[in-house]
Amino acid sequence: MAHELPYIAAIEEAIREEMERDETVLYFGQNIATHENDPFLKQFGGDRVRVTPISETAEIGMAVGTAIAGYRPVVELYMAEFMLVAMDQVVNEANRFHYMSAGQVKVPVVLKAGYGFTAGWAGQHTGSIYGMFMGVPGLKVAVPATAADAKGLMTAAIRDDNPVVYFHHYLLTLEHGEVPDGEHVVPLGEANVVREGGDVTIVAIGWLVGKALAAAEQLAAEGVQAEVIDPRTLAPLDTGTILESVAKTGRLVVVDQSTRHGSAAAVIAAEVASEGFSSLKAPVRLVTALDATIPYSQPMEEYLLPDEAKIVDAVRQALDSAPVNA
Amino acid sequence: VPGRGAGPELRGLDALRAMWRIRAFEERVGALARGDEVHGLVHLSVGQEAVAVGACGQLRADDVVYSGHRAHGHALAKGAEPARVLAELMGREGGLCRGLGGSMHLVDVEHGFYGATGVVGGNVPLALGSALAARLLGSDAVAVVFFGDGAVQGGIFVESVNLATLWRLPVILVCENNGFAEFTPRSAHTSVERVSDVVAPYGLERETVDGNDLVAVHEAFGRFLSAARGGGGPLLLECLTHRLRGHYEGDPDRYREAIADEEWRQLDPILRFQRRGAEEGWLDEDGAARLEQEARAEVEEAVRAARESPFPSVSLTAELAYA
Repeated sequence: MAHELPYIAAIEEAIREEMERDETVLYFGQNIATHENDPFLKQFGGDRVRVTPISETAEIGMAVGTAIAGYRPVVELYMAEFMLVAMDQVVNEANRFHYMSAGQVKVPVVLKAGYGFTAGWAGQHTGSIYGMFMGVPGLKVAVPATAADAKGLMTAAIRDDNPVVYFHHYLLTLEHGEVPDGEHVVPLGEANVVREGGDVTIVAIGWLVGKALAAAEQLAAEGVQAEVIDPRTLAPLDTGTILESVAKTGRLVVVDQSTRHGSAAAVIAAEVASEGFSSLKAPVRLVTALDATIPYSQPMEEYLLPDEAKIVDAVRQALDSAPVNA
Repeated sequence: VPGRGAGPELRGLDALRAMWRIRAFEERVGALARGDEVHGLVHLSVGQEAVAVGACGQLRADDVVYSGHRAHGHALAKGAEPARVLAELMGREGGLCRGLGGSMHLVDVEHGFYGATGVVGGNVPLALGSALAARLLGSDAVAVVFFGDGAVQGGIFVESVNLATLWRLPVILVCENNGFAEFTPRSAHTSVERVSDVVAPYGLERETVDGNDLVAVHEAFGRFLSAARGGGGPLLLECLTHRLRGHYEGDPDRYREAIADEEWRQLDPILRFQRRGAEEGWLDEDGAARLEQEARAEVEEAVRAARESPFPSVSLTAELAYA
């Protein structure tokens, strides 16, 4: 059985259920629990639910300190870019502690970061910056695309013993989806084949999974069967599932809202080029944002971003390309 | 020196032994670094022993200590075994962190030493989290973080002081003010003379002491410790001290004048405490010499043990990639 929820409510359901299940789960954040009727504050109290100053560095570092002591903090950061002011804590302290202490310390912290708000939020609130984190040793990176995965990945992230950066897409916030009833955990590191097909593999991330599926339906009307894969986590990256698909289809299009040279798409393309070259019948195509800051003006915003038509075009190019080994 | 301070009683011979252990350790590490047996970057705390011993000597194993890049003394004073610290500095499997952390990332959870960091001020907020965790657990354990005067100019310090005071966390901030932020004199990086003045608006308890006077450090820290254990905090203790050696081993030290031998003899926290011991009648020359010899012998034994430890296996890379 399942119930229908907006993506954002699925995330909150995961946090609430984990806080009910496990007293060590804490919730910190700016602008949370600022009034006595806040549902988290009412249910769990001010010891476990705490509003913080706009001090990302102290906020994340403090959370890491509680994690080291055995708690499981979730840090609400609102905008992914706000993590950038605390980068040392995320990519140079929290992530390295387990390894550098030879396993003496664990840091089970979840950094919840909204991203990609390309709806007129301009240059500093719209970035898809997961590419900056996916190659950082010790970090896990989750990028849910559906309400069900939003819940399942948040549950897994809270239970994981490593720091997890959980990127939720702001354009998906109110998208409804079926969420399985009861405990729902999506393991970190398992891609999802969301549509099967034998002609081309489309790997899409986050918000663009839906666009890729729409493109696949359009292509199906033309007789092209696209397989659509959602990696769901970028670290660990399930390259096995992607390589298996490319072994079947021989063609790969990677769709990513990030700027091209900072994208997860570039890493995925490199993995396939390196480990799956013999399967490829055509060059890998990347559909990414242009290497530019997201502009405020709507037509310009659309110009920079991937969309359904660009995905369809890229698939056609992949299909039309002369075979590599011809 | 019985009965002084509010923390555990200061036992002169134990404290002196602990300071000599750090001094002997650091001097030996310097020699090993020059001979490349300690092959990486090390920062020695020769001259700052009274701060480490005066503070850590009063802590329990469940009190958490964080330190910066100049961390050997704090780790040893908190209870880390010299042989395991030395093996870490030599990159050996027998090291505290199996050779993966090195000098700037010492961690010894068994003794409540949650580590050093190579980023100035980088772990100050972690101590806040440890303090909050202790409070949530209903424990009277405290968190202590050591940092230099250079860390105080970073935003992370101000953010941490603000949050710690806002939440009244049982954390003791110990600033070792040696007058130099790496290679730069204090006058070139701030117009505020005293670190304890920087935090004044936050209303936390604060004090500046002579950090080369073990008794002064012990007494002030003991008062702060009692306050933190009793639900107070945060507190800031500024210890004015002097680092005898360069910022790192190999530092040509061109940015300051070498201290004169006689001036150093007056300042040296170990010699000062020995003079006090002689005046108070609990130490004579033979006793002092014996403590030094014992410390140096203990360190030699640590060197021997560390040399016998193998280098770590490359398989650790995959084993420890994730928890």
